[in-house]
Amino acid sequence: MSKTTLMIVCSLFLLPVTSMAESAADNYRTYCMQCHGMQGNGMGANIQDMSVQPRDHTDAKSMGARTDAELFKVIKEGGLAINKSALMPPWDSTFTDNEINDLVKYLRTMCKCKQPG
Amino acid sequence: MKRLLMPAFLCSLAAIMTPSIASADADGSAILQQQCVSCHSITGPAAPTLTALWQKKGPDLFYAGNKYRSDWLETWLQKPKRIRPAGMFYMDHIKPGEKRDMVDESTLKEHVKLTAADAKAVVLALSAMKTNSALIKAEKHDASIAPGPLGEMMFDKIYGCMACHQIEPGYGGVTGPEMYTAGKRLTPEFMLSYIRSPQAWDPKIWMPNKHVPDANMQKLVNYTIHLSKENFDE
Repeated sequence: MSKTTLMIVCSLFLLPVTSMAESAADNYRTYCMQCHGMQGNGMGANIQDMSVQPRDHTDAKSMGARTDAELFKVIKEGGLAINKSALMPPWDSTFTDNEINDLVKYLRTMCKCKQPG
Repeated sequence: MKRLLMPAFLCSLAAIMTPSIASADADGSAILQQQCVSCHSITGPAAPTLTALWQKKGPDLFYAGNKYRSDWLETWLQKPKRIRPAGMFYMDHIKPGEKRDMVDESTLKEHVKLTAADAKAVVLALSAMKTNSALIKAEKHDASIAPGPLGEMMFDKIYGCMACHQIEPGYGGVTGPEMYTAGKRLTPEFMLSYIRSPQAWDPKIWMPNKHVPDANMQKLVNYTIHLSKENFDE
């Protein structure tokens, strides 16, 4: 193995692990279920005193009324970005754009619905 | 001769005193190794992946010296009381319920209780753990910025912190640590730094960065300090 190849191989191990993308299912489990529920039905452990209830991600009607772009925006920038509740926080410091795109696709499988149009 | 005796005396004094300080520190470190490391990380780094995050059984302690108020910690270790209503990683401690997912109390364990001497030794050892000091030094707490009635408004409505944190026992979310004791548990600089960027401390933590402006961060922190004076935990 040449010195350059060895350096490249070694540098791969030095890359920050945090740059590793997590699966949408794992991200949903870790960050979303606390409010949207273990079954994604909006019945999360945190909702008892919320003034606005979290979205039921299994509801094809309400989820089908949202475009993929809106879902992306609300995950990245929070509820206020689409005139919804501040209880939905911005996750831009947690997820990469690719992870958010994966989450949007994951939500579509949960609601078994497509974006309008 | 007198000039020689004084340094010798001071050296002897130091020699007598040093072992007691060192042994207290060594005991604290030993207790940490024996009783704490199975649930807490005392060396770091913070969990770099979700898999590692899910395995956490208690908060990281490798920056405990920057995070906790020593007086609170020493008292709490002797009489520990749950701070996170749904445990460390909430998914291990909730189950579906009729109206919402519920905390499964049967899965939660009591924290180990220490004697006064052990608590003192452990706090001494923990206070030396100061990873991320640069983040702490970057913060300046201003106790004069009173939150007024805006404090609770910001916490509950504007930033929605109550979604995950309780502001009094039984009121608020359960997946984050209770906030009504935060003012006596945590240093104000740690609170400021953590609100500014939770990911700087714990890259995978389930607390989002709410991008709170500086002046409002001070108000939020001063609100929690005000809350802690209500002594809901006593």
